[in-house]
Amino acid sequence: MAGRRHRRQSYDGVVLAAPATVPYQRFSKETAHWWIARALRQSLQAAGMTLRDVDGFSVASFSLFPDTAVGLTQHLGLTPRWLDHIPMGGASGVAALRRAARAVQAGDADVVACVSGDTNHVDSFRRMLSSFSRFAQDASYPYGAGGPNACFALLTDHYMTSYGARREDFGRICIAQRDNALKNPHAVMKTPLSLDQYMEARMISDPIALFDCVMPVSGAEAFLVMREQDARAAGLPHAHIRSTIERHNAFPDDPIQMRGGWAMDVDELYAMADARPDDIDLLQTYDDYPVISMMQMEDLGFCKKGEGPAFVRQHDLTIGGDFPHNTSGGQLSAGQAGAAGGFIGLVEAIRQVIRTAGPTQVPDARTALVSGFGVINFDRGVCSDAAIISGAA
Amino acid sequence: MTSPIVPPPKKDPQKRTRTQTLPSGARSRAALGLTAAAAEGRFMLQVCAECGAVQYPPRDACSACLSTDLPWKDIPPAGRLIAETTVRTSTSTYFRERTPWRVGTVRLDAGPSVICHVHGDVARGGAVHIINRLDKSGQGVLFALPAERTQNMEDDPQLRELTANPKFRRVLITDARSENALALAQAFSKAEASIIFLGEAEGWRPYPHRAALAAIPGVELVPLDVTDTRSVAELAGEIGGKTDILVNNARFMRPGGIMDRGDTIFARDEMEVNYLGLMRLAQAFGPAMRGRGADGQNSAAAWVNILSVYAYANLPALGAFSAASAAAWSLSQCLRAEMRPGGVRVMNVYTGPTDDDWHQPLPPPKVAPSVLAKAVVAGLKDGLEDVFVGDVARDLIDRWRAGPKILEREMSETDGGGA
Amino acid sequence: MTAKTSNPAALIGDLALALASGAIEVVDLTHTLDQDFPVIVLPPEFGQCARFRMEEISAYDHRGPAWKWHNFTCCEHTGTHFDAPSHWISGRDVPNGSVDEIPAARFIGPVCVIDCSEGAKANEDFELTPEIIAAWEAEHGRIPQESWVLMRTDWSKRRGAAYLNMREDGAHSPGPTPEAVRLLVHERGIRGFGTETVGTDAGQGAHYTPPYPAHHYLHGAGRYGLQCLNNLDRLPATGAMLIATPLKIKNGTGSPLRVVALVPNRESD
Repeated sequence: MAGRRHRRQSYDGVVLAAPATVPYQRFSKETAHWWIARALRQSLQAAGMTLRDVDGFSVASFSLFPDTAVGLTQHLGLTPRWLDHIPMGGASGVAALRRAARAVQAGDADVVACVSGDTNHVDSFRRMLSSFSRFAQDASYPYGAGGPNACFALLTDHYMTSYGARREDFGRICIAQRDNALKNPHAVMKTPLSLDQYMEARMISDPIALFDCVMPVSGAEAFLVMREQDARAAGLPHAHIRSTIERHNAFPDDPIQMRGGWAMDVDELYAMADARPDDIDLLQTYDDYPVISMMQMEDLGFCKKGEGPAFVRQHDLTIGGDFPHNTSGGQLSAGQAGAAGGFIGLVEAIRQVIRTAGPTQVPDARTALVSGFGVINFDRGVCSDAAIISGAA
Repeated sequence: MTSPIVPPPKKDPQKRTRTQTLPSGARSRAALGLTAAAAEGRFMLQVCAECGAVQYPPRDACSACLSTDLPWKDIPPAGRLIAETTVRTSTSTYFRERTPWRVGTVRLDAGPSVICHVHGDVARGGAVHIINRLDKSGQGVLFALPAERTQNMEDDPQLRELTANPKFRRVLITDARSENALALAQAFSKAEASIIFLGEAEGWRPYPHRAALAAIPGVELVPLDVTDTRSVAELAGEIGGKTDILVNNARFMRPGGIMDRGDTIFARDEMEVNYLGLMRLAQAFGPAMRGRGADGQNSAAAWVNILSVYAYANLPALGAFSAASAAAWSLSQCLRAEMRPGGVRVMNVYTGPTDDDWHQPLPPPKVAPSVLAKAVVAGLKDGLEDVFVGDVARDLIDRWRAGPKILEREMSETDGGGA
Repeated sequence: MTAKTSNPAALIGDLALALASGAIEVVDLTHTLDQDFPVIVLPPEFGQCARFRMEEISAYDHRGPAWKWHNFTCCEHTGTHFDAPSHWISGRDVPNGSVDEIPAARFIGPVCVIDCSEGAKANEDFELTPEIIAAWEAEHGRIPQESWVLMRTDWSKRRGAAYLNMREDGAHSPGPTPEAVRLLVHERGIRGFGTETVGTDAGQGAHYTPPYPAHHYLHGAGRYGLQCLNNLDRLPATGAMLIATPLKIKNGTGSPLRVVALVPNRESD
């Protein structure tokens, strides 16, 4: 950003490894603790490590109550010297990465396990919504209790009115992600989605219809942050962190959300990575609703503000397309596992750039941009962040 | 244009009465300021005392300067609908039963944007007039009306959820003998209440306006003496299940405080009517009304207490009556809490001296029965919880809010004509 | 009246047998204490007669599992009731003027019934006058000293607003003239006077001189009043015995009554 006095320190020497995804389930009788344990174990197994090798632990979860990361250390048998708990929902993946990377870089920890997971009981979504945040409780939940559907319906309605977006434009994002999800064996959505089906789906909260909404599920995601030399010594495939940004409560004077915090920091994101949008091989946006993915394409510099509709019309967003986007199917088709929705894009991006994505692998994927967006505290998402990561040269 | 509501059909006796569900009533302490303002139908928001920034949602510190001095002020209600949605699927049982439900984002001329309920007649992107009303959970919510009045506006189903409009509802007014009964019955008749039951105590002695009462369309005189538990129970047994609005209009007052009276006879009557009368009515009619809060278009909607504003501060010239009024006021708060699960509003209408025999020696201003009746009906149409009628009541509550102790001293030096 | 001398124990035994056989009938002269029964109405700035009220304490329920009982409240002068001399200012200084002080023997005595029902039917402000008393005595003999005198009007058959019969100028109901009361109290020396109406005085009794003559003369002379009586049409003009025992209320000016009369059963004659 212009006027910044000090150049930010790079993340050289720190890498991401051992991405793990516990296959999602629609409903689960298990707890967030159970899901987080599964993800942690899967990630450690992938790295050939045990609990004793982990000295840093970062957790993101909505359904741990009354526990936090602290309770999990005893519950899971961890003795970390560095501990973090990230309450940023859809922005928690990149936020966990940023914090853990600096801890490893500074020597405060050697191996940080970043884990996110949530369970979805039959009634847990309603209960989470009613007590999500103070402003939501006071100033949005009493108005129809439509939850995020209604909040994003308002943003979508305003975006459509302002920029002439049509439902079909959002449909293109959803349909491409469904196409990607069909290649992901763990995605909860397993049938193709046509534009007609998208357009004819029942309205949930106008103009948001059924296929604009994510399916709340149970699930967990994890990855490890460690020194590059340790990853190499263990023979672990790993990804480099080229740049990150983070911003909260950006543009508070906008009467309604038309842009996220990325718009404030996008120049720095590319400058630090010494990259341009053209260098990005795949984009993983936070996709709780397609309008937000469209805003990220704009705010992250792939097109200008208001050109999102044209952009998605002009590009093929599937794995094999010219602009691969949310290659695992994203939350829209793989499911939203609570706070793990803030990890799904990052974990998939790590797999992509270390070339372990299997059926969803984008050929020759080297550099990925991952963006996060989290916490509808009242009328808009407050947290936004992004990272550019690359695999081995 | 809103479709006018039609008189509801007779109830199908084989259908279960719908259980009242409520919108979420959880609020932070700061947000209760909105509820307090909604009780009187005022649109107020926090305004920073230091920098003047208007705040929303309610909070504990100014988001412009971190001042924690955030008094609630009346806010110009103008704004524009900048986004809208129709909620068709809700996690709340209350809204699920009432979808589709229109919600929008309104940019206030005063600054902040608010999420609010939206009247069906507001045009897309249209100018709105924001009102602050109590919802069925008894919490303040913002509602966008069209900036210009439209036809049958008050029949909007979402608005009707926030109000206790007497239209097509069945009303019980207690104490047909009181000076206010005739005006109240006329006002409810004009407001299209379907039946107006008038409780008449001591039918064995006449009173002047009985014939005029009986002549009002929709009026039915029924025996009811609020000092008689049996009489209250018997009437509740007969019409408790179809009393949608109950107006507790019974009042006993005599001049005097403590020493001039020298006995507790009138004080006991004051407690019997003003306090225990409310209790008896609430015990007999309350349960059925609370159970019928969601019983269709003519659901149980409101309980009205007509109270003396001297409930707030004792007027020594009417000292014992003031005390009984205070007891009734306190009990009304209990009733409000107990009625809340049923979504039935408890509206207190506070009046200063009324234009009747017992205030005859007092100087004006006094509240005419027709003015009181109008305020009762208007309060129900607005869904209010607290209504202050007349200059004396409004002046008194202003002073009470400014400093009850100062007011106490002022009251001891007044003759009852004003606070 | 002079009783035939007889062995008192035998008398009581005979009475008990006559009651048991039905040869002597017990007539209940009492109205049911009922929340809706009218009471006297005074201008509202005065204290008022409390209506009869009853609150259930328990009814075999959580408030008392095996029993039912009530609290009730009323005035000394609610329902069928007794007026003691201390009820009126004229009687404030008479000895034994309150109900607890009146010797119990005074509650039981012979009773004369003056039938004014025809007159009251024609005229709601019907007056009991010395002339009517004289005519009654001509037929039934002189009113004995220490007897109860009851004015029968059949007013007890009236219901609702017709009972008090209030109009803008006050109540309209029959009662005695001052002259009639003076005659009964001062010349005949009666024990007390009773009516079917809400008071011993006429509805318009305030307009006599003195106002409320029955109250004034009866109580001033230490005599008693009975009001809101019922079933007077079932009493003979003479020959019955009245039992009117008020509650023993300390300094009480009156009391609700269960008042009965012992009447010879005509069929058993």
